[in-house]
Amino acid sequence: MSQTQQQIEANRRRYEELRAAGQELTPKGLPEPTALDGPPISPNAVIHQEQVPAGWYATMRLRRGEALRIVDDSGHSSVSLIGWRDEDTSERINCADTVKVQWSAAITKGRIILSDMGRVFLSLIEDTSGAHDLLVGGSTPASTLAAFGTTTRNTQENFLAAASKLGLDVRDISPCVTFFAPVSLDEAGRFRWQEGRKRPGDFVDLRAEMNLIIAVSNCPHPLDPARPAVSGPVTLIKHRAAMAAEDDPCRTASPEAARAFAFTDRLFA
Amino acid sequence: MSHTDTSDALYICDIPAERPWSRVLKCGQTLRIIDSEGQQAVDALLYCAEDPSERYSSQDTLRVQGSAYIELGTRLISNKGRAMARITADTCGRHDTSAGCCSCESNAVRFGEATKFQHACRENFILELSKHGLTKRDIVSNLNFFMNVPIDPSGNFTVVDGISAPGNYVDVTADMDVLFVISNCPQVNNPCNGFNPTPIRVVIRDAPGL
Repeated sequence: MSQTQQQIEANRRRYEELRAAGQELTPKGLPEPTALDGPPISPNAVIHQEQVPAGWYATMRLRRGEALRIVDDSGHSSVSLIGWRDEDTSERINCADTVKVQWSAAITKGRIILSDMGRVFLSLIEDTSGAHDLLVGGSTPASTLAAFGTTTRNTQENFLAAASKLGLDVRDISPCVTFFAPVSLDEAGRFRWQEGRKRPGDFVDLRAEMNLIIAVSNCPHPLDPARPAVSGPVTLIKHRAAMAAEDDPCRTASPEAARAFAFTDRLFA
Repeated sequence: MSHTDTSDALYICDIPAERPWSRVLKCGQTLRIIDSEGQQAVDALLYCAEDPSERYSSQDTLRVQGSAYIELGTRLISNKGRAMARITADTCGRHDTSAGCCSCESNAVRFGEATKFQHACRENFILELSKHGLTKRDIVSNLNFFMNVPIDPSGNFTVVDGISAPGNYVDVTADMDVLFVISNCPQVNNPCNGFNPTPIRVVIRDAPGL
């Protein structure tokens, strides 16, 4: 329906207010990155721990309130992640909404990863790295062939295998988030790999805000210039975390995050 | 041939504001999308006509291209790494593929719950895809023609005023038979449509136009 001039002006005003909050106030209020020797996980909170070798993948169920620590043991790995809501796998991680809603393609401690249904999928409750990619995605048969002259194990095929073992298929594979992948853009919009942003022991803690299934792939990011690939194993530690309280920094980071948490809470009300 | 001459067109359709559209483009055919009144975002998805589990992939497209925006010469890559189509003409110069489509659910998060019951691109996609046996599950990160979403080096990601003028167009030439699905974006809460959605025109020709 055609909009009146009054509606257009009111909507533009609201948009500018949200943009100013999202790109000026919110980033100033985000927590500092986690220290490399940051909070250890209490041994009795650990549910399961495993190491995933370079080139391989894992799937995992996380209940609401459980968290996954992903550790880049060698400082040379990147970990791509996709996931679905356990009770209804048509709801899944949505990278586009994640960057659009938070006004930023850079996710760091205090940010959230959204589902395609306007709910919080995962929260970044700890993050030593702050260098993660939501735009370029994981490696593929074609990208490894181009980079290494031979097709190696890659994220696209890992996700296919992982999805299949969960009763899902290629139609369920969405764009992925890749952790420990320092991708930035130059002024011309070209992607750049930021050397020096990766350290052995970098980790993220991802808290599940709904019951979910995830697939992670430990393959070098396609923009990682290391030739040949030097990536090592990563450690996954599934553990119990505190639920997001009313004053949780991820929940209070922005009005958008607060709404996404409120909509998520309704699933469990 | 001038850009307004449609004597060689196989097909012409004006898509009303806020409405979806779809059609199979044969390999080699060119779809021209015309922003008839200017500043109108056009959300688009492509599926391999023979096997729709092969579909447009934003991340594969950006990885292969090495840069973040869709422009003249961009190859649109599938989730199986194949070129589905190419951008063969562009009088606008700025198109997005990272911002996804609007949905009732994301609108409620972004702009408040009062915007939940406004028509959205994902509603259009779901309805149009249903004609082809596809569902919400088949919706992936889409193309946003004429949508201006600069991403700055710090990561700031902003939908800003569109730069397309009335009559600007983009040509997409198919490299395989593709199901091309469009949502003429109904969003009124951000500048992608100048806060006021308008009609667009699509024209199909047998070869790249000029």
